[in-house]
Order: sequence, then structure tokens, then C-alpha cells
Amino acid sequence: MNDQTLTPEERAANLKGMGSSRKRVEDVRFTQGKGNYVDDIKLDGMLFGAFVRSPYAHARVVSVNKEAALAIPGVVAVLTAEDLAPLGLHWMPTLAGDKQMVLADGKVLFQGQEVAYVVAENRYIAADAAELVEVDYEELPVLTDPFEALKSDVVLREDLAGQTDGAHGPRKHHNHIFTWEQGDKDATEAVLGEADVVAEEMVYYHRTHPCPLETCGCVASMDKVTGKLTLYGTFQAPHAIRTVVSLISGLAEHNIRVISPDIGGGFGNKVGAYAGYVCSVVASIVTGQPVKWVENRMENLMSTAFARDYWMQGKIAATKDGKITGLWCHTTADHGGFDACADPTKFPAGFMNICTGSYDIPTAYLAVDGVYTNKAPGGVAYRCSFRVTEAAYFIERMIEVLAIKLNMDAAELRRINFIKADQFPYQSALGWEYDSGDYHTAWDKALKAVGYEGLRAEQAQRIEDFRAGKTRKLLGIGLTHFTEIVGAGPVKNCDILGLGMFDSCEIRIHPTGSAIARLGTISQGQGHATTFAQIIASEIGLPADDITLEEGDTDTAPYGLGTYGSRSTPVAGAATAMAARKIRAKAQMIAAYLLEVHDNDVEWDVDRFAVKGAPERFKTMKEIAFAAYNQAIPGLEPGLEAVSYYDPPNMTYPFGAYICVMEIDVDTGEWDVRQFYALDDCGTRINPMIIEGQVHGGVTEALAIAMGQEIAYDEMGNVKTATLMDFFLPTAWETPNYTTDHTVTPSPHHPIGAKGVGESPNVGGVPAFSNAVHDAFRPFGLVQSHMPHDHWRIWKIANGLGMHG
Amino acid sequence: MIPAGFEYHRPGDIASAIGILQEHGDEARVIAGGHSLIPMMKLRMAEMGHLVDLQAIEELKGIEIGADTVSLGAMVTQHELITHDGLATAIPLIREAALQVADPQVRYVGTVGGNVANGDPGNDMPGLMQCLNATFELSGPDGRRSVAAREFYEAAYFTARDDEEILTRISIPVPGAGVGQAYEKQKRKIGDYATAAAAVMVGNGQASVAMTNLADTPVWSESASNALADGDVSGCVAAMLDAIDPVADNRGPVEFKKHVAAVMLRRAIERAQSRAD
Ligand SMILES: Cc1cc2nc3c(=O)[nH]c(=O)nc-3n(C[C@H](O)[C@H](O)[C@H](O)COP(=O)(O)OP(=O)(O)OC[C@H]3O[C@@H](n4cnc5c(N)ncnc54)[C@H](O)[C@@H]3O)c2cc1C
Repeated sequence: MNDQTLTPEERAANLKGMGSSRKRVEDVRFTQGKGNYVDDIKLDGMLFGAFVRSPYAHARVVSVNKEAALAIPGVVAVLTAEDLAPLGLHWMPTLAGDKQMVLADGKVLFQGQEVAYVVAENRYIAADAAELVEVDYEELPVLTDPFEALKSDVVLREDLAGQTDGAHGPRKHHNHIFTWEQGDKDATEAVLGEADVVAEEMVYYHRTHPCPLETCGCVASMDKVTGKLTLYGTFQAPHAIRTVVSLISGLAEHNIRVISPDIGGGFGNKVGAYAGYVCSVVASIVTGQPVKWVENRMENLMSTAFARDYWMQGKIAATKDGKITGLWCHTTADHGGFDACADPTKFPAGFMNICTGSYDIPTAYLAVDGVYTNKAPGGVAYRCSFRVTEAAYFIERMIEVLAIKLNMDAAELRRINFIKADQFPYQSALGWEYDSGDYHTAWDKALKAVGYEGLRAEQAQRIEDFRAGKTRKLLGIGLTHFTEIVGAGPVKNCDILGLGMFDSCEIRIHPTGSAIARLGTISQGQGHATTFAQIIASEIGLPADDITLEEGDTDTAPYGLGTYGSRSTPVAGAATAMAARKIRAKAQMIAAYLLEVHDNDVEWDVDRFAVKGAPERFKTMKEIAFAAYNQAIPGLEPGLEAVSYYDPPNMTYPFGAYICVMEIDVDTGEWDVRQFYALDDCGTRINPMIIEGQVHGGVTEALAIAMGQEIAYDEMGNVKTATLMDFFLPTAWETPNYTTDHTVTPSPHHPIGAKGVGESPNVGGVPAFSNAVHDAFRPFGLVQSHMPHDHWRIWKIANGLGMHG
Repeated sequence: MIPAGFEYHRPGDIASAIGILQEHGDEARVIAGGHSLIPMMKLRMAEMGHLVDLQAIEELKGIEIGADTVSLGAMVTQHELITHDGLATAIPLIREAALQVADPQVRYVGTVGGNVANGDPGNDMPGLMQCLNATFELSGPDGRRSVAAREFYEAAYFTARDDEEILTRISIPVPGAGVGQAYEKQKRKIGDYATAAAAVMVGNGQASVAMTNLADTPVWSESASNALADGDVSGCVAAMLDAIDPVADNRGPVEFKKHVAAVMLRRAIERAQSRAD
């Protein structure tokens, strides 16, 4: 095929740029079992670490006896807090400005807390030796309820005794961490006082866990000759880890190389810094040998970052016609034993203040109180931007509760309160500027697609049949319209531990017209190597197939804050487009020189610059690349590469309309998702197939969370759900069919208009499933019931409503 | 999840396997499919010095379909129970129940002998075997003996089997023509043990009902079975509810389990009756 005979459309299609459902280039290795994960890394003389963990949720550690463990052949060392203390590494800073014990320093605060670290020649010896470390505990009273914790005399964090000022302001009680307030309290209370209607409800979003397929782990390798530390690990933010390691270990940053190899899912679980990383680094420095540490499943579920655990007390005010006038929310946030929340520093409750959702609510107030309890630390954004899932669940439940109070259809109530398309950019009462949206169009499309009227008619018939004793199954229609806030974020208000949340991309074009791009982010399954190549392909006209993408090696990639909170496309994707545009700008000068015209006399045409008015006179990007390296061009340096560090002017605000139709058996509590429709508007769509995959995966995680997944504790602080027998991960069997759909409302401030999509399905999915359960029981008097909606809890709703005769 | 160290043995016949068990006493344990035992070893809830693998013992394999009796080798996999045509015709209840056990991966390896010998109240096959009035054949240092499935279970993980005995075969009377059978199980997801499960046979004026995971042993109830034989469904359910003794766990509180037990039993009865003639 001759280039010159192809139409511009054909040439564009050949690039497999933006809009193409290009197949994922990563899958060639993943589907053949040829991925390279942390546990695949094998280094000469590598030792293995294993933790001794606390069986108690709250106890003093009276003594640790290592003798029996050290006596086993092959055991190299057993580290305790005492060993780390001289290095100042028995505690570490958390991402939330708190500090956390690396190894138990006199006491333990949650079940599964790290007490000692055994280093041995292989993982079998390490596991045997960990059993033999004798720890003498003295049990202390356990606090698992945050409301109790705020009243209790029991002091969890004795290390903070007398400290009335925390990282985020004054502390009201010894188990209190922070209060965070947004919006106008007085005005909101005034609105509530005067409103025609006020609905009030406690909305609990239970504690759960991201549970990535691959657990957390690392290999630390200190080269005593070069003084260089290489740290391989399951890091969602490798550059930030490098800086943090440097700051806490005192090793110079240029002597630390952090590598995130292939990562088997993160979902927020791999953002934080864990004791295992610190202990492995110390062990490698001490022994001079590489040390590997990989969690097992129970350790992952019990000790590395959980998600949610927000008690959200809400009040929503409206006129009698259903126009919302005010929203009030007080959240009690259970953070566990240490505040290790992964949020931008100025946002101790993340972006919970997006809780006005998709609605034009003129007045609002939000307060969040963080509380210590005897549970594992964390509070990460499990497949959502910081606390956005909590916010979306809260508002989408409050809308339903208000609809009940008003005796209105919940779809209609949403419609009359949506922010209108002409109100964007929209200033929310809690301080955000929504970039773009067209909620009414999306909503109408969604309702039409599922045949909403027909579903309501069917439901009415079903209720009649149920009352007549003809069926024991109810039909629930779960509605959700969510608005996310992703792409953290503008350095002016977003940093983590002082590290600004920009991101980066460096592109080098090779002389033969292929390229390599490196980014500050790291894929954990999102398919960056596929999609970012597509952005470059569209921007500079080289085929995506000829572009290699590399991430995760801090020695080669430009600095960036990593991948979580749907920030890769909004931030690093923007950097990618900007770097590509720098390349195109230089290419334009080269083309003009080669074509012997002025720079302004050539114009861009898919994969080439052509002389204006003479499209047959052109230079392709491939030709330009070769010339850039091999031809002396007056006034231009040789080479064709660029780097961009992108500090976004604003967040992006993806949105969507999700509808779930669910059958519920009132006698057993069993449920069956009959239909699930997901309309996403993530702005410009880079790869529709990857978007669809992200939606399928995210909705499935949402299904898990809403319908059964939880980290549950008993009163003694024992984790009751520490294996996959009890922690619900849906299999193909439990996973329903999904229908995906979209509208496209580009972000006006993003170079390619993209908004990010990886987390929308979790944010929108959870309320859609939960609302379906509630909706099924609404005609029988249910207003609010807490997730997870597993069989017995659904049964309890029915039982409580007297439906079991 | 790393088990403590152990010695691995792979005897070729029953006698040598018993010999190894005798030699090491309670330090030794047989392993069949390993799908109950290995998780316990990884959790370090079971630690033993010697594992005696039964995979190489031919005598423990095979399904024999007789006119009156079906004989299952202890090492028959749960997958074979599903795919064996003759078995599905002779006693369809076994296939129906096996399809509700765990997931395909587990069933490829997990055995019927391991499932019934394990003594875990969560296992489906003990209740099934009690419903079917099966007999377990045991071989030990003192020779062979038979124990009725209905007499076999003493408490969670405690059975009538001695430590040095091996369960070799299971023999099951073929239910007469006209007997309807059904297995009904509620679970939270694929691969989960029962919240409640019911095995029911009814027809020809006879009935047998057993339930799973509602006490520390499987529950076969004579009075429930008699009530059903008399056509008294409510009496059957009431008698069964009297016999079970569920405990609260992540699947739910006692009240819920009792309710679901009754629902599962009624559904199983209804289906079994619809299949009887
Ligand atoms: C994810 C998962 C889900 C599961 N879900 C279910 C379920 O829904 N329902 C269900 O019933 N089971 C379930 N199981 C258990 C599974 O069916 C096991 O295979 C079965 O319980 C044990 O059989 P096994 O051959 O694997 O025995 P093993 O694990 O090898 O042995 C179990 C015990 O029986 C003893 N034993 C085994 N064979 C003999 C013998 N011939 N003589 C004497 N003692 C013997 C062993 O010493 C051991 O103590 C599940 C297992 C898993 C891993």
C-alpha cells in the first residue's frame, strides 16, 4: 500500500490512535504467564523475610524472645523494634501526617500488626522461625467502634499523650485524629430549619479491602560496593516511594533506585508505605544481601490498607416540589490504629466534599471526624479517587431517602436537581469547580435504554403478585447518577507529604520513526502501554504499534506521583499529549526546512506536514524523524525528543448513569442481578475496549462491595473475614452481564479532553446495587439499611418488615 | 501460607499405607485430594510429621454399579461423581449434590472419601451419605469393618474411624424405582460451604432427609424422615428444625439459619416429590 494513495481517514486508522479499540499490548505476556511480578524476581543470595504478627487487637508487648527462632539453621536475623530504634526506623511517617510503628514498640494496636521480622535463607525456614518467636502479650481493652472510642477512657495512642494538635488541627479527645470542615455550617443549618422537607439518615459505608490479586511485596537489594539500594516492589507510586525512602533512611536519593515491575492490581492497596518495605531495606543493608518479602493473602487482608469505614450522618432539605435546598453531613471516620490514609495532605477526608454529587445544591456543610480504633490502618481509595466512593454513596442514598420522604419517583427527583449543562463550569457549595457535564442527556439516555417506565410497571405488578401470595421474589430498580472528581491534581492544592501531584512524560523519537515514552505513572493492569501510545500516535502521527512505553523505573522514568485516583490519564495523559506537541512543534520546523517553505506555510495532516494548499508536497513524521537525527538543519539542535511535566489547572469530573435491576428472594435473601446498564461519560475516549474492560472490572468490584465483601471484626478485634472463603470476591458465576454505554463531554481544560474512567464503575456501581436492594423493599417500608447486602442482611430486612409471616 | 515441614509417603497398596500409619501413630495422616487438609496445613491448624498419599493405591479407585448397591472407591474424585453416566442413572442425587460442592478445580482433585472422612460439618457428602443410608468400609491393623454413615459422625472432626484406619469404599443401596431425590443448597458464592443444605429422598411410602452445616455433625432425622414418609411435610420440617443446632458465623445468625434450613428443606422436598411417582 502506498502512503500517497490512502485517504486521511485510512492513514489515521493505521496509526491506531485515540478512539481505536487497539488490543492490549500487555496481554501478550500476561496471557502466557510471562509477566514479571515482584515474586518472580530472583537475585543471587536472596534472603526471605517473614513477619511475626500480633494475635491481639490491643495489647502490651511485654517481651519478645528470639532464641528459639535464631537457633534454627538458616535463620539469619530476627528484627524487633529495639533493633530498629537506633536507626530511628522503628516508627515511620504515614501519608496522612501521622506516624506508624514499623515493628511493635511496646504495644500493638490491631490484630495482625507487625511485631518482629524474621530473615532466613528461604521462605520455608522464615515461616517456621516466625512460629518460634515467643512474644509475651498483656491484653488491653479493645475499641472497635469509633463512637465508643471517642467516649472511652482507654488511650490507644499513648505516644500522642498530651498532643492536642494533630496534623490537621486540634484533637478533641485522646482517640480523636482530626476534624475537617467544609462549606457553610450556619447557612446550611438555617436552610434545614426553614425547609419544607428534611430527610435525615445515617449512611454507613462499611470497611472493606482492595484485595488485589497480587499481594504487596518487595525485594530490597543493597549493593555495599556501589552504595546503591535497588528496591523492587508493588508500588503504585515508585517515585514517591524513592523520596520517602530517602527521607526516612537518610540514603541519598540518587543512591536509591525504585522499580515497580508488573503489578497484579493495586486498587489503592499499593499506594502506602508498609512495614515490610522498611524491614526488608534494613535487613538488606544489615546483611548486604537482597531480601524478599511477599505477603500472604491473610496478611494482605488483615494488615495492609483497608478502604471506607465511614459513618455518614446526613440531612437533606428540599421544597415540597423536590428542589433540594441544602445538604448537611457529619462523618465519623474509623481510621484504625494509625492514620495511614492516602489522601492529598490538605484533604484529610480526601475529596469527600464532592458529596453534593450531580446536583445543584446551593448550600451545604460537611464535617469529618477521624478516629483511632483497634483496627488495621489504611483508608485508601479502593478503585476510586480519594473518598469519592463514600461521597457518591452518601448522596445517592440521601437522594433515595428524600424521594421516599417526598413520595416521589427517584429518577424524577434526580432530574429536577441535576446541574444543568449551561451551568458548567459549576461552582459547588463545597468548593469545587466542576469542569463540564451534561447530566440530563446522560440520564434520559439511560432511562430510555433500560425502559424505565416499563420496569416500574413490571415492579408494580410484582408487588401486587407478592401481596397476593403469587411470588416470593421482589424486583428492585437501583438508580445512580454519580459525579467523580479525579486527576489529582493541581499542585496549588494537591500534594502528598509535600510532593506536588503533577505528572510527567518523556518521549524520544528514534531515527527510523519509532519511539519510546516514559511516564511517572505505573500501570497495575490499566493498560498504559496500550493507551498512552495511542495518545502519542494521534498527536505525532507515528503508529501506536511503533511506540514502546516504559514506567516504574525511577532511574529512567521522569518523576511523577504514580497511578491511583484515576489520575494517570488526566495528569500523565495530559503530560503525554503536551510532550508530543513539543515534538510536533519541532517537527514542523524540520518539515518546513525540508520542504523549503516558511514554518507557517506547512500544516499538520494526520501523520505528516504538508504545504498549505499543496497537499501533495509533504514530509511524513517518519521522514522528519530521520532528518532530525541525520541532517544538519540550521538553527535546530539534532534529535527529536521532549519531556513535559504537567500540573493540571483543575481536576476532571467524569460522570455516569448506572441502573441495576435485581431480583430478591425474601425467604433466603438471595439476589440475582438481571440487568446492569452503565453509561459513562469520561470525556474523550482513548480506547473504547479498554474503557469497557475497566467498567466491567469496576462494576464487578462494586458488586462485591455492595453485596457481600467486608472486613468484619468481632468485639475482641479479631478479623472475621481474613480468607477468601469469607471475604467475597465474585467469580465468573456471580458476575452479571453488563451493558455499557456512553456520552462524550470532553474536559475543557485537558489537552485531549479526557477525564479518566478506571474508577467510575466502582463509584457508580456501589450505590446502584445498594439502591436496587433498597428499592425492592421501599414499597414495604424500608428507608435505610447498611451494606454489605449479603443473604442474611437482606433476609433481616425482610424479616424486620414482617415479610416472613 | 506455608505449612510446617513433613515427610511424604506414597504407598502402593492399602496394607502398606496402614503400616505407615501404625509406625508413626498420630504423627501421620493420610492425604487424598488434599483440598481440606492442605488449607489446614497452610494455616498451621494441622501439623503432622508424615503425610501418606493415597493417590497410588488402585484398590481405592473406581465406581461399581450393581443392581442393588453402588460402590464408590474412597479415591473417586468429586468430578467423577458428576461425569459417571451409570452413577447418574442409578442414584441421581449424588450427581446433583456433587455439582453443589466447591468449584470445578476443587472437584477435579477432591475425593468422595476425603469429603466424608474429613468430619467437617461444612462438607456436603456426609449428609448426602446419611440420606442415602450409605455404609463406610474401613481397613485397619485389625482388619476390615463397616460403619453406617448415620453412625459415623461424633462431633466436628471426630468420627468413628480410628487413626490407623483408612476408609476404603462407600457402599450405597440403590433407591427403588419411584423414589424422588433432590439436593438443595444455599451458599454465598461458588466454592462456598452451605449456609444450609438438604438431601431428600421420598417415594414408595418411604423417606429420608438429612441436612448439612446446621450442627457440628450432619443431621439425619428419623422422625423427620418418618413424617415425610407419611406425607406430613410440616411435621418433617418441624422435626428437622428440632434436630438441628446451628451456630452464628459469617453466613448469619442462628435465627436466619433456622429459617433458611426450613426453606431449603421444603424446596428439596417439593422437588423430590415432583420426581417421585
Ligand atoms: C475452595 C474450596 C471450597 C470447597 N467447598 C466445598 C463445598 O462446598 N462442599 C464440600 O463438601 N466440600 C467443599 N470443599 C472441600 C473439598 O470437597 C475437599 O476435597 C474434601 O472436603 C476433602 O477431600 P480431599 O480428597 O480433598 O481430602 P483431603 O483434604 O486429602 O483429606 C481430608 C481429611 O480426610 C482424611 N482422609 C482423606 N481420605 C481418607 C481416607 N480414604 N481414609 C481416611 N481418612 C481420609 C485426611 O486425612 C484429612 O484429614 C471445598 C474445598 C475448597 C478448597
